[in-house]
Amino acid sequence: MSLPDPTETFRQEARELLEQLEAGLLDLERHPSNTDLINSTFRALHTIKGSGAMFGFTDVASFVHEFETAFDRVRKGLSPATPDLIAIALDAKDHVHTLIETPQSAGAEGEAILQRLRALVSGAAVPAATPATAAGPAVASVAVPAPGKRWRLRFTLPKDALLYGTNPLLLLEEIRAIGPCEIKALTDKVPALGDLDPEATYLGWQVDLTADDPAAAIDDVFLFLRDGMDLSLVPLTDEAPAAPAPAATAPLAEAPAAPVKKRAAKAEAQQPAAAAEKSASSSLRVPAERLDELMDRVGELVIAQARLTQIAAQSSDGNLKTIAEELERLSSGLRDTTMGIRMVPIGTLFSRFRRLVHDLSRDLDKEIEFVTTGEETELDKTMIEKLADPLVHLIRNSVDHGLEPAAARVAAGKAPKGTVRLSAVYAGAEVAISVTDDGAGLNAARIRAKAEENGIIAHEAKLTDQELYQLIFAPGFSTAKEITALSGRGVGMDVVKRTIDGLRGTIDLRTRPGEGTTLTLRLPLTLAIIDGMLVRVGNGRYTIPLAAVEECVELPAEAISASRGRNFLDIRGSLVPFVRMRDIFNTAGEPDRYQKVVIVSSGEGRVGLVVDQIIGNYQTVIKQLSKLHAGLKAFSGATILGDGTVALILDTVHLVGMGQAYEDKFKAETTGRAA
Amino acid sequence: MSTETSAMRALTLRLQDEIFAVEAGSVREILDLVPITEVPNAPAFVCGLINVRGRVVPLADLRVVFDMARPKPDQDTRVVVLEVEIDGEATIAGILADKVHDVTDIDAVLIQDAPRVGMRWRPEFVSGVARRDGGFVIIPNLNRIFSVQGSRSVPLAEERAA
Repeated sequence: MSLPDPTETFRQEARELLEQLEAGLLDLERHPSNTDLINSTFRALHTIKGSGAMFGFTDVASFVHEFETAFDRVRKGLSPATPDLIAIALDAKDHVHTLIETPQSAGAEGEAILQRLRALVSGAAVPAATPATAAGPAVASVAVPAPGKRWRLRFTLPKDALLYGTNPLLLLEEIRAIGPCEIKALTDKVPALGDLDPEATYLGWQVDLTADDPAAAIDDVFLFLRDGMDLSLVPLTDEAPAAPAPAATAPLAEAPAAPVKKRAAKAEAQQPAAAAEKSASSSLRVPAERLDELMDRVGELVIAQARLTQIAAQSSDGNLKTIAEELERLSSGLRDTTMGIRMVPIGTLFSRFRRLVHDLSRDLDKEIEFVTTGEETELDKTMIEKLADPLVHLIRNSVDHGLEPAAARVAAGKAPKGTVRLSAVYAGAEVAISVTDDGAGLNAARIRAKAEENGIIAHEAKLTDQELYQLIFAPGFSTAKEITALSGRGVGMDVVKRTIDGLRGTIDLRTRPGEGTTLTLRLPLTLAIIDGMLVRVGNGRYTIPLAAVEECVELPAEAISASRGRNFLDIRGSLVPFVRMRDIFNTAGEPDRYQKVVIVSSGEGRVGLVVDQIIGNYQTVIKQLSKLHAGLKAFSGATILGDGTVALILDTVHLVGMGQAYEDKFKAETTGRAA
Repeated sequence: MSTETSAMRALTLRLQDEIFAVEAGSVREILDLVPITEVPNAPAFVCGLINVRGRVVPLADLRVVFDMARPKPDQDTRVVVLEVEIDGEATIAGILADKVHDVTDIDAVLIQDAPRVGMRWRPEFVSGVARRDGGFVIIPNLNRIFSVQGSRSVPLAEERAA
């Protein structure tokens, strides 16, 4: 096992901190005076700065330092958190992100951002605040002139500081940055060699510092250590310029103690930020590949266990049966746990979109209320990563095409502020993720015109509205009258559809003219293992994902005889088209006498699959088909059965689509005949 | 290496009455015949799937490409599992062999380009022919065969049925 690259660790941490920062900033926009938010934002910045410097990201550290300095004025209440400030702070956050991820591509825009940031926080008066004097004019105005004020700082670190990775040298370095100083180590607490614990800190330090008002700056240096340490800061009055001293001492002497107390009080009141920190401390970072490897192993185990179960079932050995059952229980537990490890709440993804909507709202000058629900819904990690792009497209579409401009909304009798809702809920073995807007809804006539123009449909084609709506998923389709930078390049919806298909998911679309559109993505909980129903067609065995199976019925006698007639079943009053798998697969030989129909559903559609035999339910480890078989749409993958042979997994989405096509054709024929 | 490049280390195998040689370095393992799962509507060249140590691997039959008879497998039939590049992407695939012979070095000077004329097969599928023991050994261009045959579209029965 190799040690993780510390720079990579820093990057990961910084990524999370930047996400926190962004979330904090966006929250701040709504609640500009919430001091807890301001503080947690500030803390995130401070941590990035500190660890950035530690890992040699000096550009990051110095930029964040300036960023922090400017933001400090917000923390001190000297400058309000205006939307403009938030916008620039978000730009600054992006710049930090660039500096960390691809430093070589970061240009000079950093300085420009800082300029704007400084200009905003200072009103107009104070230009570039230098680090040391950043403490703020409020205090400075009291402790006016005396540039050479001297202070004596004495501190000892917590005994276990080294164990927690504190480097006293770096701390001293930071103190040196505050102003000219003399540093002396206090060795009086160092025990005799025999009693010395090599991992503990015994040293203390005394620093004679020359600075105007170091209290806040010193406080920042020890931000993470204050709990267990002793620290005192007193002015060295003996040789200091006498005049302003009495006035200044009062507030300053208090200074070191006061912020600490404040912070402690806050720490107790701290809401989500603190909770997040807490959960982070009891969690473990593991490279995703190791999880994938674990999942593969568990997959093999599940297959081997299925074999054992099969052999045990044929045997009369009671002990073997007991062990097989025990193993089955264990391996299914292990499977669930392993899959649980890979599950991530979708909220991590949702929070990214808040920024997107924020930016879109500014760029398009539309007021948007962005509501998210179901953040706690968990999905397979790889799935969440793959969902990011499709959801970006859907949200952009909702904001750009769906929501009308404020004036049009008012004219239509709606609130000027549009709402985009992003929600996730469990629905059986699936997760349904919806993007809803209260905009104008899809315009069937416009879609039709566009599709004809692009040659997607013929002029005389008869299509229902629902079918027209589906055309927005056709490649090369785009209805935006003019191409905006945000959407409308016509690469959006078909890519979304393909990605979702690839995840074995489906897309439902509901729209009401004038009221809005809802797009719902239905996705399986995991990509790796599913429960499957094993069926036989001729000599071949195939697996149908159990989540898609609605029911199984026997093929009625009249349907058997009418081999080429109306292929519909009457399932409790509703007609369901069915397809004969033997026909689809060109199976040789005679069909079984009593054929079964497995009714599968996908989204709104249903189809019956006629098979020779239903064998049973098995846990199925999904294996992708190679490129050689990728063109076969009827199969979504393959799996290995208990006896070691390979079985193909039927792609229910595709088969339902076939059933639907058949149904539509049949309807068209019957209406044609009637006309 | 410079001395070795003059020879090709090859695994020789028999398909009907012809001897073929494949690069030994690309061969992963040789298996006795395992149960083959038929893939409906797949091209005849890759009409099966096999389980190779928990991995689902496509099984190809070169006899389809070279227009040979395809008698039922017998006790000499083997599956050669090897790595091929399909459109530049490394893929594990199995090929059927009527019999696997041995691993041998074929001297590069004995390898000639496939004759343009007088051959029964598409020249692009044969990268060379070597003379050996008074007979010929055919060196198939597996990457080419898999890329062409694998992506060849076949009329799908399901589309006809729909």
